[in-house]
Amino acid sequence: MASFSTNDFRGGLKVMLDGDPCSILENEYVKPGKGQAFNRVKLRNLATGRVLERTFKSGDSLEGADVMDQEMEYLYNDGEFWHFMDPASYEQHAADAKAVGDAHKWLKEQDVCTVTLYNGSPLAIAPPNHVELEIVETDPGLKGDTAQGGNKPATLSTGAVVKVPLFMSVGEVIRVDTRTGEYLGRANK
Amino acid sequence: MSKTSSFSAWAPSATLDTLKARALLMRELRGFFFDRDVLEVDVPLLSRATVTDPNIESIQAICNQEPVFLQTSPEFFLKRLLSAGVGSLYYLGKAFRDGEAGRRHNPEFTMLEWYRVGWTAEELMNEVAALLRVVLGAMPVTTKRYGQVFLEALGVNPHEQDSIRLLASLKAVAKEKLSVSFDDNDPNVWMELLFSHCIEPNLKGITLIYDFPASQAALAKIDRNDHGEPVACRFEAYVDGIELANGYWELTDSQEQARRFEKDLHRRQSTGAYLPPVDKHLLHALQAGMPECAGVALGVDRLLMLKRGVKNIADVVAFDFSRC
Repeated sequence: MASFSTNDFRGGLKVMLDGDPCSILENEYVKPGKGQAFNRVKLRNLATGRVLERTFKSGDSLEGADVMDQEMEYLYNDGEFWHFMDPASYEQHAADAKAVGDAHKWLKEQDVCTVTLYNGSPLAIAPPNHVELEIVETDPGLKGDTAQGGNKPATLSTGAVVKVPLFMSVGEVIRVDTRTGEYLGRANK
Repeated sequence: MSKTSSFSAWAPSATLDTLKARALLMRELRGFFFDRDVLEVDVPLLSRATVTDPNIESIQAICNQEPVFLQTSPEFFLKRLLSAGVGSLYYLGKAFRDGEAGRRHNPEFTMLEWYRVGWTAEELMNEVAALLRVVLGAMPVTTKRYGQVFLEALGVNPHEQDSIRLLASLKAVAKEKLSVSFDDNDPNVWMELLFSHCIEPNLKGITLIYDFPASQAALAKIDRNDHGEPVACRFEAYVDGIELANGYWELTDSQEQARRFEKDLHRRQSTGAYLPPVDKHLLHALQAGMPECAGVALGVDRLLMLKRGVKNIADVVAFDFSRC
């Protein structure tokens, strides 16, 4: 891989830091009128998802990381791995629990997810922002409560638990925002 | 700030209102010095010699088949004028520094630099504060020693004479406060890191910091503080966490000046950096005799950023470098 100097650091550039692939979020040039120039850089560690800040001397460089995001269809889970398919090449990739992380509770077969490939293997999975899932368990619907604001927990087909309005019942399909875990409404059938 | 080729990049980066405010600011600055009987001088930007400071890079050009340098500040020419007996003077115009681009840096920028014959750094600091209050309105002014600020914020005495102990304490604090990707054996690198990251952003109102570590004297005289520690007669002005101006009680000793040039070149050689030609005219001017004086350089674009309340230098220049 090519190496990149602090002058090349821009949002979205993928670099290796402490052995992990990272994505650059911000790069601020800090230079006293008299004195050493620095670059104060914010990066997201793509393996852990954590955001970190690191200061470099201007002109220092980092190795590029062989990382790319690809849209893939989620196929199935075999108990150990989650399998995804590139719809263009039909190539399949198996992601382990570490790569899937919290995304597992939103994965529905045939949904299109963003798979981050690092050296050709899945490093992280991002579910679609909005998913439609069926309620498999919740307290019985309370009639006459449609106008009230209250809510109750509901378990979805993927195992996720979200808060839904009191009038929702088992078997209904709802839309959920996977970034916040919030109920958005009934799915349009 | 890389070049942009998008269609909209033909347009200025500053708004019309800001361009008007800029014109007004230039008038205000000239008025300030006119009222105080300080002479405006227009000095060359092209010179066969340039600054040796290891942290400042000049832009090279070719003129009449000779290498020349766009000046990183008007300092050397102004000092030659001072040595010629011109008296207190100022320059308001462009300066250039290679590699400097960011929210607060543009490789080409506007500098206000002035010298007061017979003044000390302390007197000049008061004038800097007065000028800032004229431009920015009444703001509180705080004046503090570098050593005091550093000790209060980080628990380290930057004037510690045992350089091994100093380096160890600086590295320990840097490790605790920041995450850095490099190592260095020069205490100044750590002081500059800690000052710019942990102290500067918290300096509110107009803050004048003086008595810098002797190792960061640049072209200032070196004196001793109340504890007998050597300090540089250098000051910096900050407004709301932004570095605006750097001033000295100027070095007038030509031999000491020659030694500092040599020291800079040595440091440049050790890092494989470019070795610029030393300004012999300046050394000769100091030999001829430069009057005792204090001088300061102020970033005019940053001053306008503060006046306009904008965070990016591109917003206060007609065309930032990415559009050039």
